[in-house]
Amino acid sequence: MRVELDEPKCVASGQCVLAAPEVFDQRDEDGIAFVVDGQPPEDVLDAVREAVAICPAAAIRLAER
Amino acid sequence: MADTLTGTGPGPAEQIPEFPMPRAAGCPFDPPPALTAAREEGPLTKVRLWDGKDYWLLTRYADQRAVLLDPRVSADLTRPGYPLQAPSNGKNNISFILMDDPEHARLRRMVTAPFAIKRVEALRPAVQTIVDDLIDGMLAGPKPVDLVEAFALPVPSLVICALLGVPYDDHDFFQENSKILIKRDAAMEERMAAHGKLIGYLDELMGEKTAHPGDDLLSGLVTRVESGELTRSDAAQMGVLLLLAGHETTANMIALGTLALLEHPEQLALLRDTDDSRLIASAVEELLRYLTIVHGGRRRAVLADIEVAGQVIRAGEGVIMPNDIANRDPEAFPDPDRLDLTRDARRHVAFGFGVHQCLGQPLARMELQVVYGTLYRRIPGLRLAAGVPELPFKHDGSVYGVYELPVTW
Repeated sequence: MRVELDEPKCVASGQCVLAAPEVFDQRDEDGIAFVVDGQPPEDVLDAVREAVAICPAAAIRLAER
Repeated sequence: MADTLTGTGPGPAEQIPEFPMPRAAGCPFDPPPALTAAREEGPLTKVRLWDGKDYWLLTRYADQRAVLLDPRVSADLTRPGYPLQAPSNGKNNISFILMDDPEHARLRRMVTAPFAIKRVEALRPAVQTIVDDLIDGMLAGPKPVDLVEAFALPVPSLVICALLGVPYDDHDFFQENSKILIKRDAAMEERMAAHGKLIGYLDELMGEKTAHPGDDLLSGLVTRVESGELTRSDAAQMGVLLLLAGHETTANMIALGTLALLEHPEQLALLRDTDDSRLIASAVEELLRYLTIVHGGRRRAVLADIEVAGQVIRAGEGVIMPNDIANRDPEAFPDPDRLDLTRDARRHVAFGFGVHQCLGQPLARMELQVVYGTLYRRIPGLRLAAGVPELPFKHDGSVYGVYELPVTW
């Protein structure tokens, strides 16, 4: 599974960082999120799915690969 | 039934309920019964506003999220069909919350940095000190005491003042004027005067920061004015928005949340007897869901035809989405009317949804975690010093809460 984040859509709510801190972080200059670990291990996938669900901008996707 | 409705056709006028709707006596935490009835009637119903026109009401969680994400709806209240809150609405600009992308995103991104999770976490010890000091003051002072005045309002006001670089000594001034701005039935002149005073205050403050910049958010905005990214007027609007949003909402969550917990002693006991940060975080999400204090309904104008629950909403029509009813949708939250601090409520829409979702939510969450995790442990005997029916609820505000909460211990 691959985590994709559509940066222009991000509204810097930080919800993904709260849900899956191993996978997401925020830029210092404007809080826009980025993916730290694009291919996270199985045991954090549920946390990533939660991040997908709570992202207010629908900016995160979990893609099969 | 006709698809289009805003101000068109005869229709069954007498059956259309007015919005906002009253809460039931004796149920201060529950959404108005008429709102629950509307949700049970169907995903899309109509309501009538003060202007005599009818608008779509969306009550289901999934539909609200879908529409709030849709770029074909607009938060710009000058668009045709926008459901205005009051006649005075739209007479004063409150920055990017009433704009659409890309301008909305451009302005919002100028102030997002201080609300990043790590930046907010770094403030936690300072917030803990503020909370402890205020509790020390309460314990040393007379009782009963009004929790709103002594605690609920000072906590977020002190925090947002520090973050923005606003002198806390001016809190009487900005709290007084904020109160008028969010009052549903404030007269237009009154609202405009309050807004004008706040704008003037922020503008003057930013003038001082031009000469003596600090390490605060307003000084950051001043830098952007100097570089030409932001007009001075836009900067003042943003300052007012952040100051207002930064203290009114959290203050209401603190006081109303405390009341809800006092009325659910078994839930209060969970918080009083724990220092488990995960349980405290979960309690904050559940109280946000259960209370959903921003109860005026998120409002949008439809720019191009959209389909909701199998029905077309036309361009030029208006939509109202009360998040309080979506957060009680049984399809999203089992047994939704039960306050259960142990449930996973993270998917609530108490902060709204879509690109306009609350900018300050990480700060609000952290403040509430510190407050709920501290107040009841430090004052285990906390109890109401008045009957619930006597409490003055903010039925007239766009943010729900209590004006006063007399407590003792």
